[in-house]
Amino acid sequence: MLYREAGQFKTTYAEDMAIFPIRQDRIALAILLGIAFIGVPLLATFHVWPFGSDYLLWAILLPFLILALAAIGTNILVGYCGQISLGSGAFMAIGAYSAYKLATGVHIPFAWLGFAISIPPLPVLASILLGGLMAAGVGILFGIPSLRIKGLYLAVATLAAQFFFDWAFLRIPWFTNYAPSGSVNAPALDFFGLVVRTPVERYLLCLLFVTVMTVLAKNLVRSNLGRQWMAIRDMDIAAELIGIRPLYAKLTAFAVSSFIVGVAGALWAFVYLGSWEPLAFSIDRSLQLLFMVIIGGLGSIMGSFVGAAFILIVPIMLNLVPTELGVPLSTQTITHLEFIIFGSLICYLLIKEPHGFARLISIGKEKLRLWPFPY
Amino acid sequence: MTGVARNVLILAAAVLSGAPFAPPAAAQNEQFVPILSYRTGPYAVNGAPYANGVADYYSLINERDGGINSVKLLVEECETGYATDKGVECYERLKGKGPTGAAFINPLSTGITFALTEKTETDKIPIITMGYGRADSKNGAVFAYNFPLLGTYWSAADIAIQHVAKELGGFDKLKGRKISLLYHDSPYGKEPIPMLHVLAKKYGFEFTPIPVTHPGVEQKSQWLAIRQNRPDYVLVWGWGVMNGTAVKEAAAVAYPRDKMIGVWWSGAEPDVTPAGDQAAGYKSLMLQHGAGKFPVHADIEKYVYAKGKGSTEPGKVGEVLYNRGIVNAMLGVEAIRKAQEKFGQKPLTGEQVRWGLENLNLSDARIKELGFEGMLKPIRISCSDHEGTRDGRVQQWDGKAWKVISDWYTADEPLIDPLVADVSAKYAADKKIKPRDCAKES
Repeated sequence: MLYREAGQFKTTYAEDMAIFPIRQDRIALAILLGIAFIGVPLLATFHVWPFGSDYLLWAILLPFLILALAAIGTNILVGYCGQISLGSGAFMAIGAYSAYKLATGVHIPFAWLGFAISIPPLPVLASILLGGLMAAGVGILFGIPSLRIKGLYLAVATLAAQFFFDWAFLRIPWFTNYAPSGSVNAPALDFFGLVVRTPVERYLLCLLFVTVMTVLAKNLVRSNLGRQWMAIRDMDIAAELIGIRPLYAKLTAFAVSSFIVGVAGALWAFVYLGSWEPLAFSIDRSLQLLFMVIIGGLGSIMGSFVGAAFILIVPIMLNLVPTELGVPLSTQTITHLEFIIFGSLICYLLIKEPHGFARLISIGKEKLRLWPFPY
Repeated sequence: MTGVARNVLILAAAVLSGAPFAPPAAAQNEQFVPILSYRTGPYAVNGAPYANGVADYYSLINERDGGINSVKLLVEECETGYATDKGVECYERLKGKGPTGAAFINPLSTGITFALTEKTETDKIPIITMGYGRADSKNGAVFAYNFPLLGTYWSAADIAIQHVAKELGGFDKLKGRKISLLYHDSPYGKEPIPMLHVLAKKYGFEFTPIPVTHPGVEQKSQWLAIRQNRPDYVLVWGWGVMNGTAVKEAAAVAYPRDKMIGVWWSGAEPDVTPAGDQAAGYKSLMLQHGAGKFPVHADIEKYVYAKGKGSTEPGKVGEVLYNRGIVNAMLGVEAIRKAQEKFGQKPLTGEQVRWGLENLNLSDARIKELGFEGMLKPIRISCSDHEGTRDGRVQQWDGKAWKVISDWYTADEPLIDPLVADVSAKYAADKKIKPRDCAKES
């Protein structure tokens, strides 16, 4: 009854092509953004329940936002362009370490040539974005094999990127500014004189990044380029026959995906961790992102958010429930239970709905439209 | 019910399970102490006995003394799996609990220590890293909230080399020798490397670091390299399954086990028992104490295990890592006690406990009173020295038990301090921290 578009006439092409053609969707989105941008910071500033402590903001919302952004990036490559990638963790690492190097100043001596390349420390915002660009560049490089190899074989090729960069950031001391322990510290988060410190500020910063990049990504996948990606995904030979250049389509997908993942990596390192080691971007991270995309729904921006929430938050909840309810279980048992329940949930979900949460949501929407008079 | 409706219900259940964000019930006269532990994953073999020791000592304080000056300890454990991100999540979960928040935090992971160093400073919660953590945090002027009590990895590296020199017959005999470091490739394993470079330069031995990737079950190529290079000594900086694997691999390439010296985290029962007889001869440093039972264990058995409140099998009480757990818990408890002298016998904040830690001074008499005689030497913490003492011994596994084979060594402070000053100054500059003036701290 509430969710019905009867009477909403589209009189211009612009209206017809809007991201959210249904008014109720726009209202819902406005409310959601209002809550995210105004409600949450207000509640957190005044420590109103459930923001009594920083826990919800620091340990749940912040990682959720950043990983959702990374999942969007992965989704562009895996979900929209159909190129399975196991290297998302590596691209996050490239974003993080490039941003770190740029923010602390780059110095490459070419002793045999008698000169050195020196870049003074850049502002944090520029470092993060350039970190993303760096990841995009490397993404293009590692995307080249995708022109020849497909499917699972490509996954193995991207796995090479993962292991190579794990190795590089662990072993080449230049990347970590010769830190003795190999663990590096993010510089102060100074945005044009405004230093981001508190959890609320960090949350708002990430939210801003995520919102802007989500809008860009959403528009991109609806554009000419996005349609090329999907054509390649659905059948690359047919796409080529109707005039889509696989080289261009695949490499742009790699570039855009790696850019977003790289920015997410830089945010993860700078805003969330503050101090990190290569293990923060290990193969586990790549798999986590891939699972987020698969569970959330391949080829859906919305699905990336839901997938990120599911993979990140459900295990934490499962872990919290027994303690909060006062069930006397050892942490060991709780952790094992968490694995068992979470694993079964994933299996159940994929059997019941192989297309992930995005499909569930669209089915829900369809049902809602007919409610209460289904036919 | 249709399939979709059922799916939606399950989703709703998953979302609703987010309800437990209820405000914590306010308890009055309780001091909250978190335990970050790992009882699952590849490091559980070492993490579990340690966590048991910590938990049992807190139980002892509550059961025997009714708390610290009748302020009961409220304990909650959180499983980190030795993973940095989970450790940060656990810290955020526990830091605000209890009437005054967490008294201190023991992450039992150098990686988590690095990740939490800045956060704990902002939240004003001291971070106790007994025998691990950042070696540069010995400098309390810069690292006000970090306490690498009893020994850092730089002290450990120096003690190990001192023992090697003693076995060889003098520091001059180190010249031209080959010493390798087989290390866990993480901040933990990398921490001693700068110190070993300094030592190699000073004594003229050839130092080769050999990394082992997490979790450390695959070491074939590393031991092949050792077999080719034939170093005189191999220092082992391993943890969890990596230790046992290293001992087995050494046996497989017939590298003499008595030329291996593990750090104090590579010298417990679970590290040598999997290798069976092949482990005999393996040596390791001791973070002062070793295995065995002392007066405090009698109390734990009487007040905790006799009441059925113990966290492990009684037979495991007195193992190396169990003992390390109780030592760690005891130092934390004594810091709270010290802070109570100044701030009153009530639940204290992290900032107040930090004062207690910085002014902690345990004499021989006090250590005896606590039942730790023979396990520990006197400890005195100060603003400029957050380590307290830097003494260690060496023990050897004879196939059945750990035997202490050396006298006490004290790490060479004048050698380590310049490196501490150097690295901590760099951290202070990076983070724009103004070092405190230790002369003005009381």
